[in-house]
Amino acid sequence: MSRAWKAIVMFVLWRTGGLRSHRQGQPEVDPSERHTGAPAWAELLVVAVLLLVPVAALAFVALFVLDPNTQLLGLALGAALALLACALVLAGRWLVPQETKVEQRPRLADPDAAREVIEQAAEGVEGITRRRLLASAAGVAGAGLTAAVVIPVAALGPGLEEQLRRTPWRAGRALVDEQGNPMLAADIIERSFQTAFPQGAGTAAEGGGQEDLGSPVVVVRVDPATLRLPAERADWAPQGILAYSKICTHAACAISLFRDPLSPSTESKGPALVCPCHYSTFDVLDGGSVEFGPAGRPLPQLPLTIDSAGVLRAAGPMSGPVGPSWWGDPS
Amino acid sequence: MRRRLMMMVALVCGALALTDFAAHRDASATPSPTSTAAPSGLVAQGHALFDSSCASCHGLSAQGISGRAPSLHGVGALAADFYLQTGRMPLPNPKAQPLRTSPAFSQSKIKALVAYVGSFGGPGIPTVQPSRGSLAEGQRLFGLDCAGCHTIQGQGGIVTGAIVPALNQATPRQVGEAVRIGPYVMPRFGEGELTDTEVNSLARYIQSIQHPDNLGGWGIGRIGPIPEGMVAWLLAAAALLLIARLLGERTSEQPERPPRPESSA
Amino acid sequence: MNHTAKDRPVDAVAFVDERLGVARGMRWLMDYVFPDHWSFLLGEIALYSFVMLVLTGTFLALFFDPDTTQTVYHGSYQALQGQSVSDAYASTLHISFDVSGGLLARQVHHWAALVFVAAITLHLLRIVFTGAFRKPRDINYFIGVTLLALAILEGFAGYSLPDDLLSGMGLAIAWAVAMSLPLIGGPFATALWGGRFPGSTAFESRLFIAHVFLLPAIIGGLIAVHLAIIMRQRHSQFPGPGRREDNVVGTPMWPGYALRSLGLFAAVAAVPVLMGGLIQINPVWLWGPYHPYIGTNGAQPDWYLGWLIGALRLMPNLEIHAFGHTLVPNPFFGGVLFPGIVFGLLYALPWLDRRFISRDYRRHDLLERPRDNPRRSALAAALLSTVAVVFAAGSADRLFFQFGFGYEGAVWFFRGAFLVVPVIAYAVTKRVCAELAREQAHPLRGWSGHVVIRNHSGGFDADGEAIELDTAER
Repeated sequence: MSRAWKAIVMFVLWRTGGLRSHRQGQPEVDPSERHTGAPAWAELLVVAVLLLVPVAALAFVALFVLDPNTQLLGLALGAALALLACALVLAGRWLVPQETKVEQRPRLADPDAAREVIEQAAEGVEGITRRRLLASAAGVAGAGLTAAVVIPVAALGPGLEEQLRRTPWRAGRALVDEQGNPMLAADIIERSFQTAFPQGAGTAAEGGGQEDLGSPVVVVRVDPATLRLPAERADWAPQGILAYSKICTHAACAISLFRDPLSPSTESKGPALVCPCHYSTFDVLDGGSVEFGPAGRPLPQLPLTIDSAGVLRAAGPMSGPVGPSWWGDPS
Repeated sequence: MRRRLMMMVALVCGALALTDFAAHRDASATPSPTSTAAPSGLVAQGHALFDSSCASCHGLSAQGISGRAPSLHGVGALAADFYLQTGRMPLPNPKAQPLRTSPAFSQSKIKALVAYVGSFGGPGIPTVQPSRGSLAEGQRLFGLDCAGCHTIQGQGGIVTGAIVPALNQATPRQVGEAVRIGPYVMPRFGEGELTDTEVNSLARYIQSIQHPDNLGGWGIGRIGPIPEGMVAWLLAAAALLLIARLLGERTSEQPERPPRPESSA
Repeated sequence: MNHTAKDRPVDAVAFVDERLGVARGMRWLMDYVFPDHWSFLLGEIALYSFVMLVLTGTFLALFFDPDTTQTVYHGSYQALQGQSVSDAYASTLHISFDVSGGLLARQVHHWAALVFVAAITLHLLRIVFTGAFRKPRDINYFIGVTLLALAILEGFAGYSLPDDLLSGMGLAIAWAVAMSLPLIGGPFATALWGGRFPGSTAFESRLFIAHVFLLPAIIGGLIAVHLAIIMRQRHSQFPGPGRREDNVVGTPMWPGYALRSLGLFAAVAAVPVLMGGLIQINPVWLWGPYHPYIGTNGAQPDWYLGWLIGALRLMPNLEIHAFGHTLVPNPFFGGVLFPGIVFGLLYALPWLDRRFISRDYRRHDLLERPRDNPRRSALAAALLSTVAVVFAAGSADRLFFQFGFGYEGAVWFFRGAFLVVPVIAYAVTKRVCAELAREQAHPLRGWSGHVVIRNHSGGFDADGEAIELDTAER
């Protein structure tokens, strides 16, 4: 719209009151006011409260040096701050003049200036003919440079997805407890629950160690007659001793609950490993299938064997990838 | 006449004191040996109590009734003592989860029942001495084997299908018993998995979490962010909202609301 | 002219003015008018909480050791003697037990963090329900929503630094959520963590730098921009006597508002300090150190992430596969998609409001009371109730523990509530707004309005005074 038309329309709207919001129509009131004069008691009260502040603050200092008891320190400093707050609020409400002022809101938009910005920018490229080509070239240059600036982020990681699939478990690796003692099959009694690690698995940097996600397994023992393992895993649980990865396939928490009913005839739920984070529940009798909860993959099982000395050993690698799913997992 | 009365009163008081003394003895950590040493009178008393209070589910010779209760042959005095002292048994509804309540029987009756159940063989009541355990070792073992269900501060939790009780009232003996039994859906731990020394350490750690230091002030349950968030909202945010109201609210004179006109416009 | 002691204050201002030219600016600032409603103070509570966080955080950073190298603990806390813990965890125990005022600083810092995010949330609710996000404040609103997201991230980073059992479990879940990003999750998560979780010691250093430097700098900068924009546009205000779209009615900065704001600062400082001394928070020595192979029941994130643990727990075990690979692992839905949708709706709100809800493209400097825009209030209530249901579901296990109804049943209950409760919230809010608008009476504050009575001579009296109506006005 041309400037003249705009001015006329604005004038008409202003005179007819259309510029104001639809709420107008109420009488014009000037809300400014100013009340001065503090009551005498208010001034003295603020002084009194202010003088208490250094008392509390000094108490804090003394306690800090002599007996830094957390509760007393908090009380002293908190009291000092609370008293200061009181003094400031009292002063703000009762001492200083109570004013209500009216201020004009600044007009933000200036359409003329906005247009002039574009005109001035256009003047800046006057005389240049291949504007589009130059702009595209600048865009490509910017994109390239952005890529160069962003790529150092890739240095943050080893970038090796092998890491995500590696576990230290191999056939023949003995199971040991947290302190490195080999686990004997005879020690694992029925309905028990133990945590085991691979023996001699190396440090974390080598892809092993106790802190590595691929290491910890849960060892439980059930009545062999109740097992329902798939046919290819028939010999994975000697004497009913089972081992599963201790890392939940949902979100990597440690599966630290084992539910195994003492009296199966009165308890409908069977033995299961449960994760405390989101309660994914894995059936131990059928190879770790998900009985309840958000886990999308069964729990990887470690095949076990008992050697001649009665020590529990892995009979092969884990049945599947350890830990939460990601793109690289075969499904 | 009066002398006889006084003698009877003295006798009754003495008997009460004796049973009271015996009860206190029982509640402490000092163990009693396995049931095979129990006098046959105690076993017989236990048998009679068992028939009236337990046999309806466990069977008249404690052989168990399928669908109702397991056999008690071989569970030992250990199990009987645990279940009776923690009030988990007798259990009115066989399908319900046994939970800790006050014991249904007096200490002498519990002794008799324990003797009876123990007479079928099985482990005796354990000796648990927390002072002989290591606090740090107990913390390590508790974190590894127990915290997943009971929380690291023993405040209880859940597993799918059951409530996990808090450990605030567990005595050292009960800790030693529960660990060997695996009550309800709890796993159990044999001597090869948790030695007696390790059980002492666990009991010592559990004792320490029953008397927390709470250096930071009010412990608010020691289960972490849930009570912390509640305090942040219901205490801190509420206090600050109140202060904001006091600061910001200005009194504005409003005319009184007029009465509604009779006829609607 | 006599130069007396009375001229000293003027001399002081002149000193600075002659060098920096600030006298005009100071006058402008002293005259600056703040509208007075109490709900406008919520943003300030957040601001002052942030200042408390920076102060206590600086103190803590002087003692904390951001190193997850395992060491043998030989400190004051007996229950962990000889145990394998990280240096970071050991230094946190050192701060708690051996540094004077260390535990106070830790607890004040953590309480202030919880209050910080709570204040931002309340402030956001006020903005949404009163329509303060409308033009010209939509840009500032985007900055505010970004500040909320950054505050949540900053808090999570902060309480994960001590490497204790509770926060370590949270980091494992965060890693799993990062891994769950379709296609890029694996490389992204391993890049960030320096390997498979728990990653290398470099991760703790990165977390520390993010929490102590990067995020506070960004948050501080955005807060400065946020405040600058407010001052440029002037604060919005509720309608009332003499309040129009083109003016601001309220208290001038000097003396009233400055004193009240400083008083609020002192109060916002006092509350976390008192709580930091008297109420225990995050007692990491009781949780013990984190190891990937141990877990505790009832592990929870801080309250502002409760909606995410709820989402992760409620989501059925769906994983989407494609071309023989896992395209969308399960944690993506609860950990990325749900918060993404909620924040997406928050960012889209100004546009949705302009286009669909209020259908109003004009500039607004007068706020609406929630009842004045029932559709917006109802939609906001519906979104809020959705998040609240998911939040409640996150602690359903403690509900089971406390009250005994089964956990599996509770999960299904909350899934149903997720679908039903927003609809109920929408309907109820709409109804309440309509009732309030009709009655013109606030349930707590009573009636507010003007009484206009036709007088005997045919004119109108408003609030007892004769007024003139210009018949040309509408």
